[in-house]
Amino acid sequence: MIHRRISTALAGASIVALALAGCASDDGDDTPAGAPEDDDNGAVTEPVTLTMWTRSVTAAQSEALVAAFNEENEDQITIELTVVPHTEYLQKVSAAASGDNLPDILAANVIDGPNYSTLGLWTDITDRVEALEYSDALAPAHLDVGSLDGSIYAVPHVVDVSALYYNKVLLEQAGLDPESPPSTLEELAEQAAAVDALGDDIGGLYFPGDCGGCLAFTVFPSIWAADGSVMNDDGTEGTLDSEPAAEVLSVYHQMWNDGSMMQESRNETGATQNSAFEAGSVGFALLGSKALGTIPENEGLEIGVAPIPGPDGGVSTFVGGDIIGISSSSENVDAAWTFLEWSMSEDVQLDIYAQAGFIPVRTDLADNQYAAEDERVVLMNELVSDGNLPYSTRFFQTFNDPQGPFLALIREAVFGSGPDSLPASNEAVTDSLQAGM
Amino acid sequence: MDIASSAPPRRRSSVSSATVRARRQSLRGWLYATPATAVLLGLFVIPLGLAVWMSLHRWPLLGDVQGLNFPDNYTRIPEHRLFADAVLFTVKYTLIIAVVLLVLSLGLALLVQETKRRRTGFLRTAFFLPVVTGLTTAALLFLGLLSPSAGPVDDILGWFGVRVDFLGDPTWALISTVTMMTWRFAGFYMIILLAGLQAIPGDVYEAAAIDGASRWRTLRSVTIPLLRSSLAMSAVLIVTGGLVAFEQFYVLTRGGPDNSTVTMVMTIFRQAFSQFDLGTAAAMSVVVLVGLVLLNVLQLRVLRSKDEVA
Repeated sequence: MIHRRISTALAGASIVALALAGCASDDGDDTPAGAPEDDDNGAVTEPVTLTMWTRSVTAAQSEALVAAFNEENEDQITIELTVVPHTEYLQKVSAAASGDNLPDILAANVIDGPNYSTLGLWTDITDRVEALEYSDALAPAHLDVGSLDGSIYAVPHVVDVSALYYNKVLLEQAGLDPESPPSTLEELAEQAAAVDALGDDIGGLYFPGDCGGCLAFTVFPSIWAADGSVMNDDGTEGTLDSEPAAEVLSVYHQMWNDGSMMQESRNETGATQNSAFEAGSVGFALLGSKALGTIPENEGLEIGVAPIPGPDGGVSTFVGGDIIGISSSSENVDAAWTFLEWSMSEDVQLDIYAQAGFIPVRTDLADNQYAAEDERVVLMNELVSDGNLPYSTRFFQTFNDPQGPFLALIREAVFGSGPDSLPASNEAVTDSLQAGM
Repeated sequence: MDIASSAPPRRRSSVSSATVRARRQSLRGWLYATPATAVLLGLFVIPLGLAVWMSLHRWPLLGDVQGLNFPDNYTRIPEHRLFADAVLFTVKYTLIIAVVLLVLSLGLALLVQETKRRRTGFLRTAFFLPVVTGLTTAALLFLGLLSPSAGPVDDILGWFGVRVDFLGDPTWALISTVTMMTWRFAGFYMIILLAGLQAIPGDVYEAAAIDGASRWRTLRSVTIPLLRSSLAMSAVLIVTGGLVAFEQFYVLTRGGPDNSTVTMVMTIFRQAFSQFDLGTAAAMSVVVLVGLVLLNVLQLRVLRSKDEVA
């Protein structure tokens, strides 16, 4: 028992080292076996088996894609999919990269995209992507983080946008029109206060107040909607001391102070993000597109979805999810590209993605026959083209880290002294973005 | 056989055969010890060596090792925002949990020992039951129980008009975690102390009774001194466990609110897997390891000298 815990303490990191060493030593035997017969004339003639890794959070999409692809290409290309728990994904990729054991097809959380391309884990696929007739329609934010210095290394794989969810039942009870959700943050504050006044058990807004990643996902869009930014263009300096950020956070600060933001928000670490909304006890919640398919409606909960507004209007979203590329050590680039191209084709995007309620990775397919059944889905599909994504190789360390500077910044500005604290907090964000440079 | 023939010739054959026998015996000894040694080497010594090796380098989680970074990995540790605070917090937590757990598990052990035979089994099982839950499971359980929106505790306290922010207030977050750990571990240390109690011969108590010692006096002058080695072992385990505390805080408080419950191991984990800096994380691990070894040596020495006096 104790031994186990000591070894957690001591060897947490060294386990990775062991893995690194293990992979490195495998290297010699692996290369000849792993390298198949040359597909000499570029065409895929011999049957090829490709390996593919994705994060567990995108298992539903990845598994559906691979199953359909393997069936269609039975005799030519087989994909072996490995779904890795998302908390261990980077460790696994890191270990494999050191030993040249990367899979042929390698997906990544969008925020890690810049790291992958900087480290050269992916093959340059600029020409192939640009040759696609729908290349302009690929989720633009995803393509940005999949690119480095004008070259494209990854294409969108799974898209997850942030949006403002509201409970139509509660809005109606509060005398609000459920068909005209707030179009500015100010209106959100007013409407949330009205819902909050319904009773002690009912809250106005649920805010993921102790989860850095969730906050980036849901607060950044308001700042972008006001034409503001969260970092400078090369991701080396925080700009959260700017006017738009201060305006956005002062609205949330006010909502916290007047009680229309639910008390539990302050402790929300992301684990129970949906629960208050799901229980029908809160009017508004800031959630991802995935929530629409997972939260069941009932007589106390009718879900409405609106874009996350800026302080004085405008809309934006954080285009989360995963991007996917071909690893730089892959010997089967053509076959791998066949899969990627297939995965973005209209038929696949509609019949596999849209039909199952997933957001298409192409903006030209936002309005399709499956989405048309539900205007909320169309709305989220369309948000993809308005969306944005921050570009930094230190994103996770700065914004997602529970002990990181961004979470402290938000908590001080919303639950603490208010937006006056932003200049000082923003310096800590900048320090973190520049650390290790 | 090889050993025997390769041994240098001796003048007196009896000495020679004795040496051969001794050697053979020691060879057999080594053979017996081989599996354990292999496990020790493979699971402890080699990873430890690797950790030390990593701690000397600039070693990112993603990407290649970027050369030697000694002694910077070590000298920069005090500069890390959280580490110094984490050391203080961990020590504070360890002291609290040590006192609470020792007192409570001794109390439970005495309770089980003193109750009539029939109920002993029931009580022992009841107190020991939480031990079979995993630590992470227990932490998740408490996270659910204490959650204002999902758990019952908040509602129950609400009937009495009490409202406590169990995980949102620094002091309460610590109290909640200590409570969870006590629930989880009191039964375990109770069993250790119970074994110690049962090893105390009944006639000592009889003698104490004949001398007219009160219950309190018996506890103080008979039970506790004779229980010293069990108590000491529990203390060593609790203190070591407290100083490497991780899961309970990682799951229950995530180091919050506002970094008020960040332990040493959490900063190491964060350095490695949030900051992607394995080199510094390994250096921190080595520092914590050295601290732990020194502390354990000290604890064992104190223990041993007392034993000799006794």
